[in-house]
Amino acid sequence: MWEYSDKVKDHFLHPRNVGVIENADGVGEVGSIACGDALTFYFKLDEQGRIREAKFQTFGCASAIASSSALTEMVIGKTLDEAARITNEDIANYLGGLPKEKMHCSVMGREALEKAIACYRGEAGRQVEGEIVCECFGVTDREIERVARENGLRTIADVTDYTKAGGGCGKCHERIQAILDRVLGAAPQAPERPKRLTTLEKIKRIEQCIEREINPTLKQDAGRLELVDVEGDRVLVRLGGSCAGCVKSHVTLKHYVETRLREVVSPELTVEEVQG
Amino acid sequence: MNPVVYLDNNATTRVDPAVFEAMRPFFVERYGNPSSMHAFGGSVAADLRRARESVARLIGASPEEIVFTSGGTESNNTAVHAAIEAFPGRRHLVTSRVEHPAVKNVYERLARKGYRVTFVPVDGRGRLDRDVLLGQLGPDTALVSLMWANNETGVIFPVEEIAPLVRSRGILFHTDAVQAVGKIPVDVERAGVDFLSLSGHKIHGPKGVGVLYVRRGTSFAPLIVGGHQERGRRAGTENTAAIVGLGRAAELAREELASGAYDRVRLLRDRLEQGIRERIPNVLVNGDPAARLPNTLNVSFEYVEGEAILLMLNEHGICASSGSACTSGSLEPSHVLRAMGVPFTAAHGSIRFSLSRFTTAQEIDRVLEVLPPIIARLRELSPFWKKEAPACSREFQPV
Repeated sequence: MWEYSDKVKDHFLHPRNVGVIENADGVGEVGSIACGDALTFYFKLDEQGRIREAKFQTFGCASAIASSSALTEMVIGKTLDEAARITNEDIANYLGGLPKEKMHCSVMGREALEKAIACYRGEAGRQVEGEIVCECFGVTDREIERVARENGLRTIADVTDYTKAGGGCGKCHERIQAILDRVLGAAPQAPERPKRLTTLEKIKRIEQCIEREINPTLKQDAGRLELVDVEGDRVLVRLGGSCAGCVKSHVTLKHYVETRLREVVSPELTVEEVQG
Repeated sequence: MNPVVYLDNNATTRVDPAVFEAMRPFFVERYGNPSSMHAFGGSVAADLRRARESVARLIGASPEEIVFTSGGTESNNTAVHAAIEAFPGRRHLVTSRVEHPAVKNVYERLARKGYRVTFVPVDGRGRLDRDVLLGQLGPDTALVSLMWANNETGVIFPVEEIAPLVRSRGILFHTDAVQAVGKIPVDVERAGVDFLSLSGHKIHGPKGVGVLYVRRGTSFAPLIVGGHQERGRRAGTENTAAIVGLGRAAELAREELASGAYDRVRLLRDRLEQGIRERIPNVLVNGDPAARLPNTLNVSFEYVEGEAILLMLNEHGICASSGSACTSGSLEPSHVLRAMGVPFTAAHGSIRFSLSRFTTAQEIDRVLEVLPPIIARLRELSPFWKKEAPACSREFQPV
């Protein structure tokens, strides 16, 4: 018998936020009936771009249901950026831990959340899924690599506990080992320290990103973005075109512009709108 | 706290209080070693002899054909070992795809060691095709192992029909009868098997004791060597209390079978099955209803997962088991249900209820009261329920 924490039992026996959101802003579906567990996760945003409502439906064991229920509780009230930072470990910790063999349930929660956010941001089709490694459970090399990195996995058994990969016929064990070797081989090297940018370099890069990427995207909706100033890590911008006065502009700014600039330029950046 | 409703008797059974009483003196008072020269120890040998006779009577064997072991798993390992030692030149072994891990994994290990092992398939009801099995046999075949009754579905294999056909080709025949003994008549003479495994704790005896029946004249090589116990067929000081307990359990099993206790168990099982079918839509009973143990019901609830059902039943004190992946620590559902081709929509949601002669009608009714809302609740949680199964109740039939 599995040893589940009281919190897992509570979320399993009294799951929160069960159901479907009819006009959801984001929907993420993961898993399948053949794999033995599946989760559909829905969220709806309020005007400030925070998750107002989150619901789920889960087919699976107690820890799958509890992980889904916990996830909905964790994301409500968060912005999508904040929600996107939730890791599978956060879900497991929220529940007071999961048996190691059940960690894949927390990974399923994180994946559904990510898919739902990608769905909202219109990125669903652009995601590169990678190549299937485990045919029994349909797990790709990218998923394995990512989960292995994030959770510090060291053995094939770890990978199976966290992703199910390798838990069926076992034919993919060699490929999983190769991925682990790559991840572990890379691990001892100290992560490269991001170089501190001078303000001038920062401005240059922000400008480049706005011109080459952000404005062409906003143009599709007849909007545009102008860089006003950079003060330390504060990026001051002005919205123009149809973006000016659009109720969703705040969401665009935070979820798209800020995310992109953080990825491309520096993770410390915050984007603020200057009126007028 | 709810009273426990124990419907997991294929996993293990309650030790009958009469068995426990029979065992009691052998711990603190009569703890001597039956091999000793003094009467204090030596007198225990007479108790072992009586236990041996009781077990022999239960399965229609002679007492000297009974070898006490540590349980069903050891009996299975020993039988396979003895057979391959008997035919050192033969490299082919045959078994079914639905054996208990205590047989399946023995054969899989031999396959890795270079033996050619044929795992004979079953159909959608869990039935074996006799002619397919016979078609696999050849001069290189050393042993056929077939379970008498399946632990998960209760499906009974026609061992009495197949064993003589195998033996007539000069091939040894072993049956894992752990689930059959005590629940249905099992007679080694009528069946004509060479080896038969049985276990104490499945028949209201203690854990840690079992028997390997070895037909008189069958070539034998011990798996465990050491002292001369069990006439050199199984070394190690006898587990006296457990063997005496098994002897008493065998006597009781014989009496209960003769008095029709399992006809009553069958009625209760059928009441449970019928009640579930009437109260819950989209259920599928796994296993051949025409050849099934009287105590076993394996039922799939589509679109929900077995571990979740079990844990909710557990909240009501109801004990059952599941072929779902999640309960075993493996990630795939039961190899038995997969071999039968039970669809994935159902395999993950399979629950096994296994009754005993201690099961009451009140307990069955308690399950029938508690189970429908549990399934309804979990289906409400499931993303597949409404999508693929509209409100109407589809009737599922096994293929």
